[in-house]
Amino acid sequence: MNKHLFLGDEAIAQGALDAGLSGVYAYPGTPSTEITEYIQTSREAKENTIHTRWCTNEKTAMEAALGMSYIGKRALVCMKHVGMNVAADAFINAGMTGVNGGLIVVAADDPSMHSSQNEQDSRFYGNFAFIPMFEPSNQQEAYDMVAAGFDFSEKFRIPVLLRITTRLAHSRAGVTTTQETKSQNEISFPDNTGQFILLPANAKRRFKTLLNEQKDFTEASDNSPYNRYIDGPNKKMGIIACGIAYNYLMENYPNGCDYPVVKLSQYPLPLKMLQKLFDSCDEILVLEEGYAFVEEKIKGIVPAKTIKGKLDGTLERDGELNPDRIAKVLGLKSGSAFEMPSIVAMRPPALCQGCGHRDMYEALNNVVGTYKNARVFSDIGCYTLGALPPFRAIHSCVDMGASITMAKGASDGGLFPAIAVIGDSTFTHSGITGLLDCVNENANVTIVISDNETTAMTGGQDSAGTGKIEAICRGVGVAPEHIRVLTPLKKNMEEMERAIREEIEYNGVSVLIPRRECIQTLSRKKRQK
Amino acid sequence: MKTDIILSGVGGQGILSIAAVIGEAAIHNGLYMKQAEVHGMSQRGGDVQSNLRISDKPIASDLIPLGKADLIISLEPMEALRYLPYLAKDGWIVSNSTPFINIPNYPDPESILNEINKMPHKILLDVDAIAKESGSPRTANIVMLGAASPFLGIPYEQIEAGIRDIFGRKGEAIVEMNLKALAAGRKVADQLK
Repeated sequence: MNKHLFLGDEAIAQGALDAGLSGVYAYPGTPSTEITEYIQTSREAKENTIHTRWCTNEKTAMEAALGMSYIGKRALVCMKHVGMNVAADAFINAGMTGVNGGLIVVAADDPSMHSSQNEQDSRFYGNFAFIPMFEPSNQQEAYDMVAAGFDFSEKFRIPVLLRITTRLAHSRAGVTTTQETKSQNEISFPDNTGQFILLPANAKRRFKTLLNEQKDFTEASDNSPYNRYIDGPNKKMGIIACGIAYNYLMENYPNGCDYPVVKLSQYPLPLKMLQKLFDSCDEILVLEEGYAFVEEKIKGIVPAKTIKGKLDGTLERDGELNPDRIAKVLGLKSGSAFEMPSIVAMRPPALCQGCGHRDMYEALNNVVGTYKNARVFSDIGCYTLGALPPFRAIHSCVDMGASITMAKGASDGGLFPAIAVIGDSTFTHSGITGLLDCVNENANVTIVISDNETTAMTGGQDSAGTGKIEAICRGVGVAPEHIRVLTPLKKNMEEMERAIREEIEYNGVSVLIPRRECIQTLSRKKRQK
Repeated sequence: MKTDIILSGVGGQGILSIAAVIGEAAIHNGLYMKQAEVHGMSQRGGDVQSNLRISDKPIASDLIPLGKADLIISLEPMEALRYLPYLAKDGWIVSNSTPFINIPNYPDPESILNEINKMPHKILLDVDAIAKESGSPRTANIVMLGAASPFLGIPYEQIEAGIRDIFGRKGEAIVEMNLKALAAGRKVADQLK
């Protein structure tokens, strides 16, 4: 037995390595990034030729992993919750095909939106795809569930969703690992040659099978070591605590909870275990991070029962849970001895001093300010911080790639100038198809691809388009004379402003590429030398 | 024993290296530990904190409840004040006295120090100056750790061992430099506490 201090993300990564992983597929996204980074730098990955390169986006990641599963090997796909939207087509249909080699999809949700634009709950995706889900309550379970998840996936020939939230992803604790590393699966093909051909005739059969398997998945949940019925003396209320919420509950009861508790970490719902709770307790309290997923489900199972949770206002519907929020619900004592003095000011994140995006925004603001109706549609990345003072330079940030397409739509409707600001990594993730739309209609848009040659916000991972941005734009059909590379530096301000103005005035698609390496990755490279 | 610590500062100041040494020392001491960190957007110059919990019994929550922290260790004085709602009635604050001013509306630094000085148990020290004096400005974090060391519930020798583990691969000179910084911080705490 070996004991390590692991982030939840690292525990998942080591779990996958120890369970005979052949490939990890991912696009960086907080709070999931560290899973893939850990595997990339691991000894196992180097010795055993495990696939670890970053993918262009979550959909390409999901599909490549399914391909690896098709040949019988174990694959891991990692993404943040909003990545699930990008991967959704492949994800839902992977539920339809089922798998050959074990396939685990890790979705890292971000309640409280620490680094995200929403707090969507990935359990709805697992439910939507009719696949089983694991939701660890601690780092040890996160480690253990990967091996268990792969076994489950291969036993039932079904992908498995491993759902975590920010706090587990980014918190360290001691994890005991196995000493026996499983070797990778050999290549093997699916027994049923039609399994992965979702023609209607096959898909209809496959969907019936998937529906029939739901009772097996439910039975597995009832027998899961991760789901537990823990009895308590006070039957006035029974508590269902999902994932990490169980820890916050137990923080309030160091000597054991007064009420019966179902610790819930594997889905679909363990119906027998829950029925026992419904039968023995007057009321039910549901503690879950994210949306009211379990609460909605059990309202359908026991409509006559009083269910407390996020829907009746017992808990606020938004934000991450913590021990204090749960103490309050349970009427337990909690609170501060001191208040925060009123002089303490907010300290929001900001673009680094010396960052190329700063010079880009300064130039852009100087030009844009001279047009009455100019609007700047931006995207997801460090440059989103251009929304904050002193720049206040952008008017939108919605989803990966939406800058280009929203600028196009606004231009279609008559806006001038319509400007998009997108980063290099976000451009290759989801901007290229939008650019093709612009080219095909010769939309009057000015697109700024602010290229720092990395995926910066998540900590400087490789960017799929490095060295290829101009070639991609030319290939999509942007006129070469309207693809202009700039160096965002104070001394080039005049030249940059001139270029921006000329391309705004050009009636058609133009792409400006201010390019300067991220100062964080640059200084890291210098330190490594 | 059980020690709940909030580490605070500004993204980029390196609070996590302090956490790493304490973590190493705790594990060597056979203690349980949980440590919640901040990654992602806030690391870009925003306020950052880490909840570090050490105990000889298993720990349930990754987050420290309000009013339960035994110690706030802060690399920035205003950031020490931000987490006062988490400090226990008899808890200690160990904070750097030098402000990190990267926002236009940073309050008057004197009034920030006054607020800290109103607290019953506090140690304010200029870690950058002490680090410079003891040999290397880069060891400011470890000076801070030294000043906080009497309150961790871990023997000082174990913290030294943690430093050897974390910095060992960088060579004996780096280890010695950090041990010196640790001792310099500890000396300040012993004088003030």
